[in-house]
Amino acid sequence: MDDNTLSIVKRTVLNVLKYISLVFFAFVAILPLVSVLITALKDDEEYATTNVMALPQHLNFANFAKAFTTANMGRAFINSTIILIVVLLVSTLIGTQLAYVLNRFKFRGNTLIRNLFLFATFLPGIAMQVSVYEIMTKLNLINHLYGYIIMMCGTDIISIYVYIQYFENIPTELDESGIMDGASYFRIYRSIMLPLLKPAIVTSCILKGVGTYNEYYCANLYLQDKTRLATVATSLYTFVGPLGSQYNMICAGVIISLLPALLVFITCQKQIYSGLTTGAVKG
Amino acid sequence: MEGKVKVQVNEERSFSKWFYSRKTQRIITIACFMFIPLLLLFTFTYLPFGKMVGFSFYKMKYIGERTFVGLKNYKKVFSEPEYFSSLKLSFFYMAGALVQLAISLYLATVLSFKVKGGDIFKGFMFFPYLINGIAVGFIFKFFFTRGFVFDTVLQWCGFNLDKLPYWLRDQGVNNWSLAGTSIWRYFGQNMVLFIGAIMSVDSELYEAAMLDGCNKWQQFFYVTLPNIRTVLFLNVILSITGSLSAFEPPYVITSGANGTATYFVKMHEVAHTSQKVGQASAMAVVLLIIILFATLLQNVLLKYAFREAEYEGPEQNIRKKKIRINTAGRGKK
Repeated sequence: MDDNTLSIVKRTVLNVLKYISLVFFAFVAILPLVSVLITALKDDEEYATTNVMALPQHLNFANFAKAFTTANMGRAFINSTIILIVVLLVSTLIGTQLAYVLNRFKFRGNTLIRNLFLFATFLPGIAMQVSVYEIMTKLNLINHLYGYIIMMCGTDIISIYVYIQYFENIPTELDESGIMDGASYFRIYRSIMLPLLKPAIVTSCILKGVGTYNEYYCANLYLQDKTRLATVATSLYTFVGPLGSQYNMICAGVIISLLPALLVFITCQKQIYSGLTTGAVKG
Repeated sequence: MEGKVKVQVNEERSFSKWFYSRKTQRIITIACFMFIPLLLLFTFTYLPFGKMVGFSFYKMKYIGERTFVGLKNYKKVFSEPEYFSSLKLSFFYMAGALVQLAISLYLATVLSFKVKGGDIFKGFMFFPYLINGIAVGFIFKFFFTRGFVFDTVLQWCGFNLDKLPYWLRDQGVNNWSLAGTSIWRYFGQNMVLFIGAIMSVDSELYEAAMLDGCNKWQQFFYVTLPNIRTVLFLNVILSITGSLSAFEPPYVITSGANGTATYFVKMHEVAHTSQKVGQASAMAVVLLIIILFATLLQNVLLKYAFREAEYEGPEQNIRKKKIRINTAGRGKK
């Protein structure tokens, strides 16, 4: 064997090892999800008598219906949709406006405000809920959908960075030509900047949307009336306690709750990746 | 009469002139666009922050009397073993985070180059990041239950069920199990960040390295690693501060039972179950100081570590790396 064949053999072996490692980690990532799906498809008897990893004999979707009604997920989906729409609208509006002002105007306090938003990321959110809870009580915002929505609009920092970064790539000549034409600053923001920002808005809405949809700690704390005000994430709390051993139903509930995220992921994979990367580099 | 009207018209005109002047418009725009975000930032971040610091000096519940106790709450954080010792659990999560960084860095390096089915692998590994915390809790309660998923897979690999521990109950392993779920959830996200960083490395550098006969390892050590060190370093620090505030895995999977209560789980319990608001606030402030200190340290280290690079300027830096690659390649030959 000469050097050349030796290096080909070596390369092939390395290649095979590479694929084995990739398959291994992909397997690790989806094994828990696959097992949950398998179990969700089994009826009570089959679940009780077979191993959890044994494939179901026939597909049985009754668990999904049962989980959906038991956890009142219809109501939860409506609530989550309302929350998502309002939070995304408001946070896009105030986020782009703030980024516009911070990027296009030089004024005293500009850097200070940026730093205030930056420093806020260091404050551990969960720890702060001790005192946020007190403020929410005083403002009478607990146990109201709008209270939770207002709070969720306020905790938005990463997307402001995404917007600011995007603004930096929009040439200021556009602003100037708008000013020459006599447009007001609001008009410039509304008619020139907002349309140009569309890709950034899509990206940060997806990230913020997934984050809002999955948020459960504050939802649990501030939307205590679980029959009326549960979100999709908190509706899963129904399965804690006496129902805790009916895993085939619980698994079905889990699958239902992650379907929207899966859908968004499949359709917007690229934007999610790019949004994460820009957000992380700046933040 | 005529004069008076004229003055009025003039005044109106000057008001509208003033109103529509660029300078005024500027001020109005700045004020309008910043009012709501700043109000929200103040109400839900800085006001609670200030209050939290204030609360930490009181013995109080959410409702009812408050008594000033000075530094007593802080002393308790350090003296009562159940509080401060729970910080020790962070080491499990730190170790987990380091394993996670290594895995994601490896996968990112592999997936940055052309790989068959690369997008599918990437998708599978990333998806866990998008699942909500409660669902993750149920998934892993199920996963680790005696005789269920994890045990079955281990049995396939030839392990004897009787010799396997209870993954969430045995105190020797349960914190590792929880740290493992954290790895499962975040390694794909970390990988995507690293892929982003690696993709932004100048491809010329790889070409130069290839021409000089570098193998994959040398490419990784002399081209990839130096070029993504900022992102890497940031992630190391983030995982350390993240480990200190580990909360979700124990909160949703074990509810902090059997010695898995991390500092934040303890704090949540103190704040909302026993309603010792002052005590919980003191715990939060102590952790915040530790995290701020770690972040400060990070900035100092970052400046120190990259001082050389900044001083040289980017162009020289690239040239230097190319030279380094040259010598490295030759050394191997």
